[in-house]
Amino acid sequence: MSFHPQMEYAPARFHRSERKLAEPGEPFKYTAENQAKFDEVVKRYPPDRRKSAILYALYLVQNQQGYITAAGMKLVAEQIRCTPAEVEDVVSYYTMFYTRQVGKYVLNVCRTLSCALLGAERVTEELSNKLGIKPGETDPSGTFTLMEVECLGACDRAPVVMVNDDWHEGLTPEQCSKFIDDIRSRGQSAFTGCHLRKEK
Amino acid sequence: MAYEPVLTSHVNEPNSFTLDFYQKNQRGYEALRKALTQKPNDIIEQVKASGLRGRGGAGFPTGMKWQFVLKDTPKPKYIACNADESEPGTFKDHVLMERNPHLLIEGCAIACYAIGAKVAYIYIRGEFYHVQQILEAELEKAYKAGYLGTNILGSGFDCDVFIHRGAGAYEAGEETALIESLEGKRAQPRLKPPFPAVEGLYNCPTAVNNVETLCNVPLIVLNGAEWFAKLGPEKNGGPKLYCISGHVKKPGVFEASMHTTLRELIYDYAGGIRGDRQLKAIIPGGSSVPLLLPDQLDTPASFDAIQKAGSLLGSAGLIVLDDTVCMVWLAMNLLHFYRHESCGKCTPCREGCDWLYKLLQRIERGEGQDKDLDLLFGVANNITGKTLCAFGDAAATPVLTTMKLFRHEYEAHVREGRCTLPADWRRQGPVLAGAH
Repeated sequence: MSFHPQMEYAPARFHRSERKLAEPGEPFKYTAENQAKFDEVVKRYPPDRRKSAILYALYLVQNQQGYITAAGMKLVAEQIRCTPAEVEDVVSYYTMFYTRQVGKYVLNVCRTLSCALLGAERVTEELSNKLGIKPGETDPSGTFTLMEVECLGACDRAPVVMVNDDWHEGLTPEQCSKFIDDIRSRGQSAFTGCHLRKEK
Repeated sequence: MAYEPVLTSHVNEPNSFTLDFYQKNQRGYEALRKALTQKPNDIIEQVKASGLRGRGGAGFPTGMKWQFVLKDTPKPKYIACNADESEPGTFKDHVLMERNPHLLIEGCAIACYAIGAKVAYIYIRGEFYHVQQILEAELEKAYKAGYLGTNILGSGFDCDVFIHRGAGAYEAGEETALIESLEGKRAQPRLKPPFPAVEGLYNCPTAVNNVETLCNVPLIVLNGAEWFAKLGPEKNGGPKLYCISGHVKKPGVFEASMHTTLRELIYDYAGGIRGDRQLKAIIPGGSSVPLLLPDQLDTPASFDAIQKAGSLLGSAGLIVLDDTVCMVWLAMNLLHFYRHESCGKCTPCREGCDWLYKLLQRIERGEGQDKDLDLLFGVANNITGKTLCAFGDAAATPVLTTMKLFRHEYEAHVREGRCTLPADWRRQGPVLAGAH
């Protein structure tokens, strides 16, 4: 008999990663513009500390191809002068890096306390119903990915959704369906953005 | 409320983020000019005399922190500005960086001069990309105007300020984890000592300061330590930004002195409770601190007074909870956060958070048993004090504080086999349970 009461353990995927990195195909290369950006930013750090630029290098890869592949990590390793394993170590830690293809719009719904108090759970539910996908999934057309994320730091405008690098504030469950239609028809202009920017 | 804001006095005006506006209306860069005529040590002394305490959460005296930075060393020194504002309920640095970025830039430059650093890195969280764009544009203007770069204002002092974008890690807000992340590694805390003041970034002496802390520095240099200290109660001087969210009519960031009571903050500044419902509890300093009850509303919101009342001011992120909130659900929501954000370095925290979350989920679903409550208490107590950084204590706090103050709710969940909350205010269904 076990000392601990019986409890449900997390599904296997919580303990063992099921991430499959894209097979290394063609070697990945930065565009000339991105290479120049990287070379500029790496100068901000001491010459023997190129690894400090790793997050920036990874953002460039992600911006260029939408997500980070094994080939992309290999390139970053070459640029930083470290091993690809060290790059994967970093990629797998930070939540803003995607190792799988994501939709054109990634809807990151904040689920932490202040947003949850004002209906974030229902927002996720509505978005999920509208798009027919669960959090963590991408819709078949590759337009939307739905994610639940932790506190985005805009608790006064709860519930908040981060769409790619942009914000949409105060999204009520009732508006969700229209919000998706608006993005489909108007793209980026459907987001409210950060209220601090609009008031300038 | 006769308090005149000094940090956020102009944030609602158009173009308040520009260099021109800053110079015209906020005596922009006068503090830097004044600081460069003084000895670095004098500036540290002024900051010490002002009693400025770190605004990131711990409330440690900033002057002391700077004084601890190793002086006699051939190594370079660094300022790391902590703009990884991730504590649930906190959104004050966001306003400062977006609407008053030059105050931060000036603060960074003065801090560098005071401790003898030539480089400051602003570690901004990845989600603040729109803020980062403003900061970057304004930094460039500061360089062009000669407030940053080489030989600043003809004084011979060189200083660079760089922005470093994080990528979504709550733990990066811990000072040694922030340094690890700046070095290009996973944001995991280091064993202390050595403290960053001795061995920080690249093993060099480093001071890690919060955005709001650094924004206060130009004000101290310009107006004097005495002026600053007099803005608040003893040992809690200066202006303070309070972030109020949750069930209030007018959530937002409010600047006040630390004389202000919680009642004034919630009922005067934030307009009272939404729908005029009953106040149930307050989280006074971000999700990591113990709850306060309505009968403690007259506590001044200062570091010392809140601590005396049994909680912590932390990052001054007030989350207001009305009588519809189920405390088991609240702990479950926060433990989901801590489970997700635990960096995984220390076993008690990594395993404990997951365990706590599952127990809470079970109780909230109505499947809990009496012994689960003791287990919950035991697990939480086995995390506190057994981890490298304060994260472990922070993660156990929501459980311990709700169990202490609202144990009857836990018991009711177990007894009745369901969440005792009226079901209509929030359709908290199993629809998305398990989809993490």
